[in-house]
Amino acid sequence: MKHTAQTALGAIAALCAVGISVPATAAWEPVRPVEFIVPAGTGGGADQMARTIQGIVTKHNLMKQPLVVINKSGGAGGEGFLDLKTSGGNPHKIIITLSNLFTTPLATGIPFNWKDLTPVAMLALDEFVLWVNADKPYKTAKEYIEAVKAAPSGSMKMGGTGSKQEDQIITVAVEKATGSKFTYIPYKGGGEVAVQLVGNHVDSTVNNPIEAVAQWRGGKVRPLCVFDAQPMAYDEQIADGKSWKDIPTCKSQGLDIEYLMLRGIFMSPRATKDQVEYYVELFKKVRATPEWQDFMKSGAFNTTFLTGADYAKWVEAEEKRHEALMKDAGFLASAGN
Amino acid sequence: MEELVNLFHGFAVALQPFNVMVMLVGIVLGVIIGVLPGLGGANGVAILLPLTFSMPPTSAIIMLSCIYWGALFGGAITSILFNIPGEPWSVATTFDGYPMAQKGKAGEALTAAFTSSFVGALFAVAMITLVAPLVASFALQFGPAEKFAVYFLAFCSFVGLSKEPPFKTIAAMMVGFALAAVGLDSITGQLRLTFGFTELLNGFDFLIAVIGLFGIGEILLTMEEGLAFRGGTAKINLRVVLQTWKELPAYWVTSLRSCVIGCWMGITPAGATPASFMSYGIAKRVAKNGSNFGKGEIEGVVAPETAAHAAGTSALLPMLSLGVPGSPTAAVLLGGLLIWGLQPGPMLFVEQKEFVWGLIASMYLGNIVGLLVVLTCVPIFAAILRVPFSIIAPLILVLCAIGAYSVHSSTFDVMLMLVFGVIGYLLKKCNYPLAPLVLAIVLGDKAEEAFRQSLLGSQGSLGIFFSNTLVSTIMILGLIALFWSVIQQGYTRLRGASA
Repeated sequence: MKHTAQTALGAIAALCAVGISVPATAAWEPVRPVEFIVPAGTGGGADQMARTIQGIVTKHNLMKQPLVVINKSGGAGGEGFLDLKTSGGNPHKIIITLSNLFTTPLATGIPFNWKDLTPVAMLALDEFVLWVNADKPYKTAKEYIEAVKAAPSGSMKMGGTGSKQEDQIITVAVEKATGSKFTYIPYKGGGEVAVQLVGNHVDSTVNNPIEAVAQWRGGKVRPLCVFDAQPMAYDEQIADGKSWKDIPTCKSQGLDIEYLMLRGIFMSPRATKDQVEYYVELFKKVRATPEWQDFMKSGAFNTTFLTGADYAKWVEAEEKRHEALMKDAGFLASAGN
Repeated sequence: MEELVNLFHGFAVALQPFNVMVMLVGIVLGVIIGVLPGLGGANGVAILLPLTFSMPPTSAIIMLSCIYWGALFGGAITSILFNIPGEPWSVATTFDGYPMAQKGKAGEALTAAFTSSFVGALFAVAMITLVAPLVASFALQFGPAEKFAVYFLAFCSFVGLSKEPPFKTIAAMMVGFALAAVGLDSITGQLRLTFGFTELLNGFDFLIAVIGLFGIGEILLTMEEGLAFRGGTAKINLRVVLQTWKELPAYWVTSLRSCVIGCWMGITPAGATPASFMSYGIAKRVAKNGSNFGKGEIEGVVAPETAAHAAGTSALLPMLSLGVPGSPTAAVLLGGLLIWGLQPGPMLFVEQKEFVWGLIASMYLGNIVGLLVVLTCVPIFAAILRVPFSIIAPLILVLCAIGAYSVHSSTFDVMLMLVFGVIGYLLKKCNYPLAPLVLAIVLGDKAEEAFRQSLLGSQGSLGIFFSNTLVSTIMILGLIALFWSVIQQGYTRLRGASA
């Protein structure tokens, strides 16, 4: 009896020793299913990207453990970020971000900051385009802005996703830059916003390319300009002989505003270097697949890829910018709230 | 004519042996998902989505949509047998389905529910086939004001047409509105009524409330009545199915009305839940034996099930033709389409003919397969009722807890479910109706959002709700429904005076 107990103890000790020595010698690898948190609802831009990645990982067998997409959209994504923040030291949890990484804590006062998490990689940047209904006479951003200024203040409606988030921030920036005044109407998702524009229930939107491309191809909406420093890179024809590349930058139209949305990956707090390295390598492999490249093309994404210190620096600068933009717009949560 | 040619081509695609197999697998998985409360169609489809990545897109969408049909069918099973709606749109089915099961008519109730679902879905598919292009342009007319008008109509028809005392109905509804307001206010982006609890960021999930109010509440009531589960003597065999089928054609008016309500609500896109409530409410008021509704009337099962399926099916149309999902499950399907490189929108019907018509053909076939699968299982499901209650009650409790947990993987939700269970028990004891409360939790924040979006657009003027024929008509219908009993009284008095 005593003998067996000793053997068992010895075996446990041996196992422990092995367990401890593994991370020191071999590179880290997940040992159970990895949760891929989406801090937004099903069907939105971040969700589509996460599910595409899941599909690519499954199809090309890029991970030994399954990758499970979980939506935690409560409180404008706060639910997902807080979940990750409180899972410190759990390397089996990653999150895909959108601009609510900055806007949600600023607007709602939820106790969370991106510095609570471990940055992994920037996968891409999502573009924003100014769209109007194709039946309207405006052919350029300049014509449209003139029309907004000529109309009674606030009578032109801008539709967008969510409140005090990226779409509304851009709207306020356009107002500031041109001295015009919109009435901003928030909707739940980008697809719904595009359809409201087709149905003429709003006058313009700042949809991401992927949200509005189907309506553009159907000849229902017209892109006026893109909120980026240079035109988008994709020159394949989409609709009426135009490609994404043919959409001028807003700056060239006299609307000096740039806004790109982060599609990046973070891990839970206190991740080790090996663990971060594993995910960076994984996403490098994902980016190399033809499926990913098709996805980038269909959404006309800006495919900048950053990791490590460069990524953290980019995020930090972006946080400052959001804070300034949201302070200007009066979107910050009041102190003590 | 071209539509018919396309449809036959679609049948050829859907009838390939691999696709038929995929269809069967999908239906069975869907029924299982539908039976488990909490693990709704949307979650089920999302979990199973990666399974389909290795298939060709048409087979994949057939499988996913069959899971969707299966879940629609399956949702009715627990509603009828245990008073636990597996899906939001099955809530109205419990009102008469569960009393029927208690009376020993579980087989009839299940058969009626499945058959009505089938009829509703078939009607909607036929409509999709014939008028797809027209319908898409109709849906575009729906801005926030029109959407609010539809929700308004759903609320009004429930208050005005219900036989409960209107003030109890309104009181229950107001509690529901208050619960729906918790969480993020989507118009201002501020948190409301969370009192600093991060668990409440998401607000009260409808499913948790329903599992508690109906499932746990019911178990508490039954325990008080001495652990007796009425309905153990049900006779269940093929004859019950055939007998019920003989009865059903008598309710063709109800069926047809429910189909129309369902299709309309599915396209607008208000969804299956308001459709089932509205259809039930109207049937209750209009039917000859309406006063027996709530006590186990078969017509009370036919009306909501038909409408829910008609709506669930037609909700796919705005998704395909506009890219706007009419239901959470449709939203996940939309994500799937994008992964396969299919861009839903006006061009899908033009560019991806094989895919679209293959899907539509599979809706016909999937529903037939689904009906056969669930009908053959009716005896098995109904036999569950013969198990003594003292054994089945703890099992239901466990099932409820798993369901509540799986919604957000949170133990807080399980506690919340128990709290809702006690509330449900108390409300039932005081004779407050639960349905308006649930309706308000489901539709409350959507209605509020649409209302405030409309007012933003009109710069605060209520005139927007009467600004065009479409929205005015719906609003006036709503007001008529609200004051229906007053109008009826006035009419009878007027007739009495003139006679």
